[in-house]
Amino acid sequence: MTTYTLQHPEKGLISYTDKKRYLWLSSVFMPIFPMLGILAYFATGSEWALGLPIFFSYVVIPFLDWGIGSDEDNPPEEIVPQLEEDRYYRVLTYITVPMHFIVLIAIAWFVGTHDLSVAALLATAITAGMYSGLGINTAHEMGHKKTALERWLAKIVLAVPAYGHFCIEHNRGHHTEVATPEDPASSRMGESIYKFALREIPGAFFRGWNQEKVRLERQGRSVWHWKNDILQSFAISAVLQLGLIYAFGWIMIPFLLVHNVWAWFQLTSANYIEHYGLLRSKEESGRYERCQPHHSWNANYIFSNIVLFHLERHSDHHANPTRRYQSLRNFDNLPELPNGYYGMYMIAYIPWLWYRVMDKRVLALPHINGDLSKVNIDPDRRDEIYARFGGGGQSPTTPLAA
Amino acid sequence: MAIYECPGCHYRYDEELGDEHEGYPPSTLFENLPDDFICPDCGVRYKEDFERVSDS
Repeated sequence: MTTYTLQHPEKGLISYTDKKRYLWLSSVFMPIFPMLGILAYFATGSEWALGLPIFFSYVVIPFLDWGIGSDEDNPPEEIVPQLEEDRYYRVLTYITVPMHFIVLIAIAWFVGTHDLSVAALLATAITAGMYSGLGINTAHEMGHKKTALERWLAKIVLAVPAYGHFCIEHNRGHHTEVATPEDPASSRMGESIYKFALREIPGAFFRGWNQEKVRLERQGRSVWHWKNDILQSFAISAVLQLGLIYAFGWIMIPFLLVHNVWAWFQLTSANYIEHYGLLRSKEESGRYERCQPHHSWNANYIFSNIVLFHLERHSDHHANPTRRYQSLRNFDNLPELPNGYYGMYMIAYIPWLWYRVMDKRVLALPHINGDLSKVNIDPDRRDEIYARFGGGGQSPTTPLAA
Repeated sequence: MAIYECPGCHYRYDEELGDEHEGYPPSTLFENLPDDFICPDCGVRYKEDFERVSDS
């Protein structure tokens, strides 16, 4: 296993071995996971087998996170430049890009050539969507990087679930406005994931589109110019998905619709749990305070972090958005989710359970300490939340963030 | 002409080169960038956070 060393003038010899180095290889084996259901279907002949990947994601992974536990390993800051330069880590992300195309085409072939019940079609499309949702996660990792190759690969992989606006909207929009009422990709206390999805999915698209329009206008070009990064990705989506409809027939239309929406919903799910209820305060200048570590929820479970390229070490990601996944660090005393992302998604899909688990955690954070004026609250539920947690039911008449 | 650097991610804006992708032609002075200019790479450092690092 590679050990990185550095002779520091004050601290002496610093050395670091990444204990997860070979665990990151699992991203290369990840296609096994969506194909598992189809292989089990061939082995048993039962359509129930097609539900295996869904069961694995939402039931087995939360148990693995709980059982395997958390990971306190952090690279020393002085070693980070060496770790970032190690090409092994980035090559793993490159390899996932063609896999997303291959897996979608393979699953589409299966759907197009087998007579499936509606439930089996739905399970297969959701499985394909879950894996393409991981593609958005890979695009997230690469889209934050500075190299042209990685930015192109991000654009290409986003074409699989037809989400080409993501990197622009995320890097320029979400990172700038995170944990504010203005951010469609930051959820509010009292807002269910379903209500959030209807705000986040269109809100993110239009924010990304407008940002690209402004950039192209500065270049003296129309937003419809072929240099529009969003249109480039959508053009690949059109070739891929129309090609699948041509090859495998009209059954591809419901399959691809469910696939696309479920992939988007994976991102929605991550956005929903990453900043729920958290609020940056406004400074006198009218600008929001800089995003602080306590403006993101973190999870530090080994298993789901390996699946998601350390996305769950979210505070460090927002502090250092260009930092590569292998270098992201865990810190103590941060807002901490009680399970990994997949377990929290499952809880989020049942809103009353989510509020029960999370609302008390929001209010117990040291920087909030029960003060609802420091919480990002759904305006439609403000009075109700004040009545429940605020002691007198008196909600301020002006928006809390002002 | 000068070079300005993002203190967070070390993106460099060189006035002589501008930033073609962002739509700032060569010789665009840093002070003439929009007031709401945000680091194009990390998206979390504002115009006033940038540091002048050298003359180009």
